[in-house]
Amino acid sequence: MTTIKIPELCVVALVGVTGSGKSTFAANHFLPTEVLSSDFFRGLVSDDENDQAATNAAFDVLHYVAGKRLEAGRLCVVDATNVQPPARKGLIDLAKSHHTLAVAIVLDVSEATCIERNASRPDRQFGPHVLRNQRSQLRRSMRGLRREGFSRVYHLDEAEIADVVIEREPLWNDRRSDHGPFDIIGDIHGCHTELVELLGTLGYEVDADGTSARHPGGRRALFLGDLVDRGPATPAVLRLVMGMVEEGTALCIPGNHEVKLLRALNGRKVTPSHGLAESLEQLAAEPPEFSTQVAAFIDGLISHYVLDDGDLVVTHAGLPENMQGRASGAVRSFSLYGDTTGETDEYGLPIRYPWAEDYRGKANVVYGHTPVPEAVWLNRTICIDTGCVFGGQLTALRYPEKELVSVPAQKMYYEPAKPLVPDQPLKDAREGTDLDLEDVVGKRILETRLTTSITIREENAIAALEVMSRFAVDPRWLAYLPPTMSPTATSNREGMLEHPHEAFAAFRAAGVEQVVCEEKHMGSRAIAVVCREPSVARARFGIESAAGGVIYTRTGRPFFTDPTLEAQFLERIRAGVTAAGLWGELGTEWLILDCELMPWSAKAEELLRRQYAPVGAAAARTVRAELAIVEAAGERGTDVADLLGHMGERASMVDGFIAAYGEYCWPVVTLDDLKLAPFQILAGEGEVYALRDHLWHLEVLGRLTATDPVTFRATRSITVDVDDEASVEGATTWWEELTAAGGEGMVVKPIDVVHKGPDGLAQPGIKVRGREYLRIIYGPEYTAERHLSRLRSRGLGRKRGLAIREFALGIESLERFVAREPLYRVHECVFGVLALESEPVDPRL
Amino acid sequence: MLLTISTDHKPATDLGFLLHKNPGGHHTAEFGFGVGHVLFPEASEERCTAGLVVDVDPVGLVRGRPGSKGNDFSLAQYVNDRPYVTSSFTSVVLGKMFSTAMTGRSKERPELAAEAINLEVRLPVTPCRGGVDVATRLFEPLGYTVVAEEIPLDPKFPEWGMSRYLDLTLSTTATLKSVLEQLFVLLPVLDDDKHYWVGADEIDKLLRRGGDWLADHPERDLITRRYLRHDRKLTEEALGRLMEDDPTDPDAAQASHDAEEEAVEKPISLNQQRTDAVVDAVRASGARRVLDLGCGAGNLMRVLLKEQGLERVVGIDVSHRVLEVGARRLHFDTMAPRQRARVDLFQGSLTYRDRRLADFDAAVVMEVIEHLDPSRLGSFERAVFTHAHPQTVIVTTPNVEYNVRFETLPAGELRHRDHRFEWTRAEFASWTDGVAARQGYSVARSGIGPDDPEVGSPTQMAVFSR
Repeated sequence: MTTIKIPELCVVALVGVTGSGKSTFAANHFLPTEVLSSDFFRGLVSDDENDQAATNAAFDVLHYVAGKRLEAGRLCVVDATNVQPPARKGLIDLAKSHHTLAVAIVLDVSEATCIERNASRPDRQFGPHVLRNQRSQLRRSMRGLRREGFSRVYHLDEAEIADVVIEREPLWNDRRSDHGPFDIIGDIHGCHTELVELLGTLGYEVDADGTSARHPGGRRALFLGDLVDRGPATPAVLRLVMGMVEEGTALCIPGNHEVKLLRALNGRKVTPSHGLAESLEQLAAEPPEFSTQVAAFIDGLISHYVLDDGDLVVTHAGLPENMQGRASGAVRSFSLYGDTTGETDEYGLPIRYPWAEDYRGKANVVYGHTPVPEAVWLNRTICIDTGCVFGGQLTALRYPEKELVSVPAQKMYYEPAKPLVPDQPLKDAREGTDLDLEDVVGKRILETRLTTSITIREENAIAALEVMSRFAVDPRWLAYLPPTMSPTATSNREGMLEHPHEAFAAFRAAGVEQVVCEEKHMGSRAIAVVCREPSVARARFGIESAAGGVIYTRTGRPFFTDPTLEAQFLERIRAGVTAAGLWGELGTEWLILDCELMPWSAKAEELLRRQYAPVGAAAARTVRAELAIVEAAGERGTDVADLLGHMGERASMVDGFIAAYGEYCWPVVTLDDLKLAPFQILAGEGEVYALRDHLWHLEVLGRLTATDPVTFRATRSITVDVDDEASVEGATTWWEELTAAGGEGMVVKPIDVVHKGPDGLAQPGIKVRGREYLRIIYGPEYTAERHLSRLRSRGLGRKRGLAIREFALGIESLERFVAREPLYRVHECVFGVLALESEPVDPRL
Repeated sequence: MLLTISTDHKPATDLGFLLHKNPGGHHTAEFGFGVGHVLFPEASEERCTAGLVVDVDPVGLVRGRPGSKGNDFSLAQYVNDRPYVTSSFTSVVLGKMFSTAMTGRSKERPELAAEAINLEVRLPVTPCRGGVDVATRLFEPLGYTVVAEEIPLDPKFPEWGMSRYLDLTLSTTATLKSVLEQLFVLLPVLDDDKHYWVGADEIDKLLRRGGDWLADHPERDLITRRYLRHDRKLTEEALGRLMEDDPTDPDAAQASHDAEEEAVEKPISLNQQRTDAVVDAVRASGARRVLDLGCGAGNLMRVLLKEQGLERVVGIDVSHRVLEVGARRLHFDTMAPRQRARVDLFQGSLTYRDRRLADFDAAVVMEVIEHLDPSRLGSFERAVFTHAHPQTVIVTTPNVEYNVRFETLPAGELRHRDHRFEWTRAEFASWTDGVAARQGYSVARSGIGPDDPEVGSPTQMAVFSR
């Protein structure tokens, strides 16, 4: 039996003349979807598998499909004769451009067998010259296959073909099953003292003779290369690292300096610049066999590793997503040297393309190579070369904790070509976090922790883009947009459209036992981001903000048009948070609060003047004048009984309408006239508070609102056991009283916020609006039974679906923000909420 | 909604004969949108009043409409003034319930129907765009005495001011026919709205009801325009038909020619000058591939496409709607393939970086930055200068100092409601110098339009190059 080993991901070229049994071979050893057969593609483009005129078109499509498969990391087996060099070159180029290896499997079958096989196939009746040509081409190809670029070539004769096993093996860089934990250490450059100190800080026990080290907790060190050159003790560093790798307490990847050192050690001619001279000098003082060991060590290093289920990639100079876990010369170059453009800057250093700014991959990429003043995460990448040898620090990243540990350099061992800390003020914190249009447009599928994936339709993204670009506050502020909320199922009680009964019943059906009913304030939704100091805004949100925060509406627009007013109001919120002692209690320097800002007229005056007040003014006069006419006619003896019946009740309904909106309006002359009702603390450093139960929020916010009754309004609430009739009864009475006194209504929420029931997530809140309030929504006279009977048929399904999806996206964006995920990851969720809000849904719900 | 018609022409009860409605009865008619009632609150020898009450069904207005879901135009709202005010609904009811009276016929009192009698019309809540002034201009020329009272929006909130409703009393001595016809036409004109789609047959309706009096009405144009919902084509056709018999006034023709000449002599518009300056700058840059960022409906692109040597002109705007208009105006559908390959329109945003914007020689950002929030200018700068990175960037924006020279612009106001800022020359210089320094460009600034010694030109332009 013959065993063939191929990489898990590669392009396999089957090479053999027609009739050599390639298709049968492919079918025996590979999945049908892995096999791309030229015959099949010829048929696809021309309806005739043997139409040679269709060959070019067929290969175009074949290469296109193969490219897509390789992008997705799928093996491709190309079933074509592949006896001519140009055909094979196409496949090798394809493999290279996707940073994968190409493997050739040659099926060498006797001419007689081929003739026999072709004879039995009526569609293969071509002259004997065809076969003869192919065989001669194959024979001429054989020896050169390796040189053409196939990393492995297998030659099988008829007997071997019948009895072969194909084994797929992972690439050397594939360590996905290795979960660490690791201490990833940046460029050392011969700084042995600092290395030993750092290992000590990280808890490693370093052997007295400096030949190895280990962590009592089983952690492993992961060296990012550039161990050598420039610094004072390259051999000592190598000895320690090689010992640790040997012992299994460390992994190591090569840096460009190791590669160059290896060339020098192998006797190649290299310029001993950039600190190589120091290394060679130091190594010369060691016994010669040490240099031999070093050369062997470097030679065996793998250029990058993919670890921890693909969540971690370590590489010396960085690696974009499409190169991770792949193998090619380009991958190796990128890993060693980064994304150089070929140009050099004023210091003579290569100009690098800022690949990390474009990075949108899932894996965390930890790399070094380019000294930076401070290690900072950018789009899930971090460079931890903090220039130790240049007098900076030696830095380690603890993984999966993602904690940075540094020790300062004892001194500047080597003069940097470019000053480590640029002379100009620190770079704009926003740099590199720019959002890309591709982060938001088109049809998008967002993964959230709380639900299955959420689809954002392209047309909704189009609508949201305009709002987001033209009207929203800076996206770095926007860690959250509030979700829509569904009203309760429609009530059939006389004169009612909504009633608490249905809301409690809905939660009972969803298996929620305890709910809290919160008073629904009638103002405008406001999200307040409050930082303790302006410097926090810069550090955490990346925004220079003298006001140290922002207040925005449910669509992300600035709530205040006057920035001075906004700053003053933020100052009041900040003072309240301080007075309530929440900074210390919650251990955060910033908070995002979900609030209602009143009065309604402050934000909605235009709407009131354009729509609500005119209808009230017109209705109040007309219904009375009409009634007077009808009554006068009636007094004269005209039969108007039926008309009087419904005319009589109209005036009180219209007065109710005017009173209803009037309740939520008052003039705003000074800041004292604005009232903020915070009802949820969404997030602070390290925690998404929105997931804490509602009673916690009410308690904490109760203390906040008590600090300043002029600015804040408390949220009244009542807790309900939905299975307890008395409890439900009590809450119903509470709602009736609340709404009779002019309240908008209440929101009923599961106490534990996220409740997964038999039908998925329970609604995070259901609103039950008051009978009078609903006149603002359904018109002054909606309570007349002739209107109500029709209004009761309203479809809530769509609204409920949106409410769940937007809730899941809201929590997701907060979680991502708190976890310090890249801006684009937060923004895609926030953008998603805005896009979903452009779904057509009954605006009265 | 309510309308009353009264007379003191004795015997006043004859009003019932004229309206073909018995003053003792309760007359009703069903309409798609509600029920019309005619009642007589008073009917004596001295004075008789007919009341027209239209009970518009507010739920039916919203529910009965196909495609009304989610729309926010007026009829899709439950909170709607239509049930309470006179409007085109009233005209429909008038036309049906008083159809015979409107033709001037009366079986019992044919002479009275042709006689001018004292009539008083009361419209307790009538919407009027333009207020008392428009109501007076519409009715006084027809011989009415107009008493109009403005209705406040909400007495509880006096700061909100007045509504657009009037309590209107119109008195005249005229035939009932003419009063009804005039109400039929003028109620929707006052309101400046219609509840139905206005098509060509609306012209016939207007001419039928207004044939006798409209041609001589000084507000003829206003009435026609509003009645036909500002549809320019319909309005022109209606006015043409209305004036058919009116020979062209030679003096009027001369006057209009004078106006044309004056318009020609007037300095070319600022808009035109701006376009010219930008096109000149593009030409001077030698660019072959040009971006128009914030292209709107493609006005500048149409000019750029005529330029020789431009291989590609791509417009970007954030508004999908305006791009559709642009594609139509540029005639994408029928463009020759070679020309079509030179031009494209994409939705994009200047605050997100966008790969499609790379590889252009020049980018024009004409009158766009002032529509961005100042806090987003950093993102804009990086999207355009860092990421798109063309050789040349041409930016124009208003010079706020010049605003004092615009007579129609109130002091301190910006030129457009959506302008987030307008800069002085010094502010523009400071921003452009900053961008140039940060992004490695050089910058040259100039003014567009008349150069005022004190306040400069109305538009300022910066040309960045690298």
